[in-house]
Amino acid sequence: MAELLQFTFSGLTVGAVYALVALGFTLIYNASDVINFSQGEFVMLGGMVTVFLALGGVPLPLAALLAIATATLVGLALHRFAIETARGANAVTLIMITIGASIFLRGVAQVVFDKRYHSLPPLFGDDPIRFGGAAILPQSLVVFAGAVVILVLLWGFIDRTLFGKAVLATAANKLAARLVGIDTRRTVGFSFAVSAAIGAIAGFLITPITLTSYNIGTLLALKGFAAAMLGGIGSAFGAVIGGLLLGILEAFAAGYLSSQYKDAVAFIVILVVLLARPQGLFGRAKVERV
Amino acid sequence: MTTVLATENLSMSFGGVRAVDGVSIDVPDGFVFSIIGPNGAGKTTLFNMISGLYTPREGRVLLENDDVTGLKPDKLARRGLSRTFQNLQVFFRMTALENVMVGRHRHERTAIIADLLHLPAVGRQNRETRVQAEAALKRVGLAAVAEQPAGGLAYGDLKRLEIARALASEPKVLLLDEPAAGCNPVETAELEGVIRGIADGGITVVLVEHDMRLVMNVSDRIHVLANGATLAEGTADEVRADPSVIEAYLGVGGSEGKSRAVH
Amino acid sequence: MSVRPLNERPLAKDMPALGDRAGSAWRTILGPLERYRLTPVIIIAVLIALAPLLFPSAYYYRVAALVYIFALAAIGLNLLMGYAGQVSLGHAGFMGIGAYAVAIGPVHLGVPGWLSLLAGAAISAIVAFVVGRPILRLKGHYLAVATLGFGLLLAIVFTNEAEWTGGPDGMSVPRLVLFGWSVRGSQTWYWVSGVCLVLGAALAFNLIASPAGRAMRAIHDSETAASVLGIDVARTKLMIFVISAIYASVAGSCLALFNGHITPDAADFLTSIELVAMVVLGGMGSIVGSLVGASVLVVLPQVLTVLHDYEHMVLGLVIMGVMIYLRSGIVPSIAMAFRGWRR
Repeated sequence: MAELLQFTFSGLTVGAVYALVALGFTLIYNASDVINFSQGEFVMLGGMVTVFLALGGVPLPLAALLAIATATLVGLALHRFAIETARGANAVTLIMITIGASIFLRGVAQVVFDKRYHSLPPLFGDDPIRFGGAAILPQSLVVFAGAVVILVLLWGFIDRTLFGKAVLATAANKLAARLVGIDTRRTVGFSFAVSAAIGAIAGFLITPITLTSYNIGTLLALKGFAAAMLGGIGSAFGAVIGGLLLGILEAFAAGYLSSQYKDAVAFIVILVVLLARPQGLFGRAKVERV
Repeated sequence: MTTVLATENLSMSFGGVRAVDGVSIDVPDGFVFSIIGPNGAGKTTLFNMISGLYTPREGRVLLENDDVTGLKPDKLARRGLSRTFQNLQVFFRMTALENVMVGRHRHERTAIIADLLHLPAVGRQNRETRVQAEAALKRVGLAAVAEQPAGGLAYGDLKRLEIARALASEPKVLLLDEPAAGCNPVETAELEGVIRGIADGGITVVLVEHDMRLVMNVSDRIHVLANGATLAEGTADEVRADPSVIEAYLGVGGSEGKSRAVH
Repeated sequence: MSVRPLNERPLAKDMPALGDRAGSAWRTILGPLERYRLTPVIIIAVLIALAPLLFPSAYYYRVAALVYIFALAAIGLNLLMGYAGQVSLGHAGFMGIGAYAVAIGPVHLGVPGWLSLLAGAAISAIVAFVVGRPILRLKGHYLAVATLGFGLLLAIVFTNEAEWTGGPDGMSVPRLVLFGWSVRGSQTWYWVSGVCLVLGAALAFNLIASPAGRAMRAIHDSETAASVLGIDVARTKLMIFVISAIYASVAGSCLALFNGHITPDAADFLTSIELVAMVVLGGMGSIVGSLVGASVLVVLPQVLTVLHDYEHMVLGLVIMGVMIYLRSGIVPSIAMAFRGWRR
């Protein structure tokens, strides 16, 4: 029982990060139909920029804010100079552009920073909290709380503000949104900025637990993408559930079966889910009109 | 007169809405059989069930007296049922001729290994396919654009390209879903000749169409749907004179429907 | 898709000339006229035969052999992606099967290298057949994530079954021996991989211009239309998936035999992405494009090593730049510009 609890907690912690990355995928996909494979690099930037600013003597909270700002600017630049310039290209071409961007960002990080692993001090120390026989790192709770706060803020923003409504309208039908006077370029750019910021926050929060390095982005992008598809692409709720599920699956597989095969177990489950529900857990099945 | 295609009490619903409700049709061999009705009457849904794209919720589809309900489209095609689409389904990355060559697929007899090695049989097959496809293009008046990429053809040409492609499969029954939609009057007039020619060639045509002039001129028999159910059936003159048909068009389609129904 | 307004239709008398020119150019480059289908293959063969005249050292043979091996895998993937329109983010898995077959066969089972290569291809075909059946029902991004997962599974197996595969460090691959002749050295492998590439390209061009090829190209544009014309969509997808798996497997075997060593990297996600990048960069639906794409992505990193740490930065920029400015891929974009023909 204690074991189960332990695995659940560690799964939820990692799952929260996957969920945030998947949420980033979903935001950008909904706004622009682009699958952004450089999503993981935002997580990397969030961690690495904070680490190096902190090493340079900048106070941690300020360093974190600057890191999030950096990632946001990078997200905006990616939209403005790559995605916007290639407007009208087909889906595979756009995906290749984001993969190119991911390789580029990794290359920049390895030059500007270094190739070593880095950590950050946890926000509330590293004395584990005992709960039902399981030990929880305080930072895990921080990660989880951070994810919840982001979700609530995002939901509030989309649901309660006019600009949020414009984002929703763009996601539902870009042409119609443009016809009623919404500047869809701005809403799409906004989705890139928010996705980048969310990724960076996740990177800053998780670094004390999992460490960070210039090349963590690829694997995170892959997991985030898988989580988004598991939930059903385009569904924000699905992305969050998909991320948490993936994290828990990995933790259980690593704990009960074999740590080497944890990714294998996760992907087998994803395959089985997709074969049973080809549109993901919370995606809508499309009926083709002819 | 033998029936080549029939439906018995065919029904389909989407999310609780009955799109097609107990429709039975009987299409005699060699006829041009038209299905008309206001928008949303269920015509395309009926087509989609007959051609195997949707599985009907109730009822049966009979092709040459065999129950073919629920068979997949490719199986139906191999039994001689082909169709065109209201929203174009053209192979845009291929030339016009290649599009029609795909229509010959069910008559092609080469194995994959032969295809990879380009054995002599494949060359012969390709030549035969090409000749038949060129003939089909000529039948709809598109011989001149055979070598052009389909993506660059005009809308009216694409409509006819779909007909040529379906013809190339040598169907017994051909379903045409709004072939005149988006065509100008000249193209529609040409289309009339094409459809008549197809029927004269012994292929049964089932036509869904909004252009009443075309329907009235070309049909041997007309079946009227409204709200997913059968309203009337008869010859052009009978349908034109039927008060319930006029009312359905007036009630649902307004003045546009009136002018269409009366002409 | 662009639909020209009706009134812009060219006059009928202008059609034949225009049609012929545009049509033949289109097909020589993107989907060859049956009669001329082997012209590009002959050009490739001549280039392969003549290229060594420009090679100042054995290093060039080595790089060129790598280009040909990856081009072979890319051509197979292009048949699947560029022609049949089905994405695979796990094709390196099949390269891995081919690679480990020629390593495990001779080392653990005493099977000769050439037979192991064939066995690897057969295993890849069977795996593709079994896995493809369910997976190919998925569409678009869902197919992408499923194939990605599949490739990842294979890479994990290769990494963890250390007593068979040597684990993450990999294992060495015995030299290929054909009829008593030991196939070794960069120059020899240049010719062996060159011949494999030419054969692979010829088979691909044959397929494209055949009944099965037309069926596979048809499902790319409209599965619905293909099915009402009698094409069994599921079977066609499965067939092309199996064929492309065999291409990747043979390429993987060549890679392992050529390098004399194999690690799980050959089967991992990054290699899969690299293969996709070769196809997309060179041009989807262009066999010649796959060779160009493979050349760019194999040669570029070699050139960029002089930049040391800046290598990845430049590589990423090049990929982005090519995809933004030549969005249909290098070969189709250049072909289109050459004809001054705008879509």
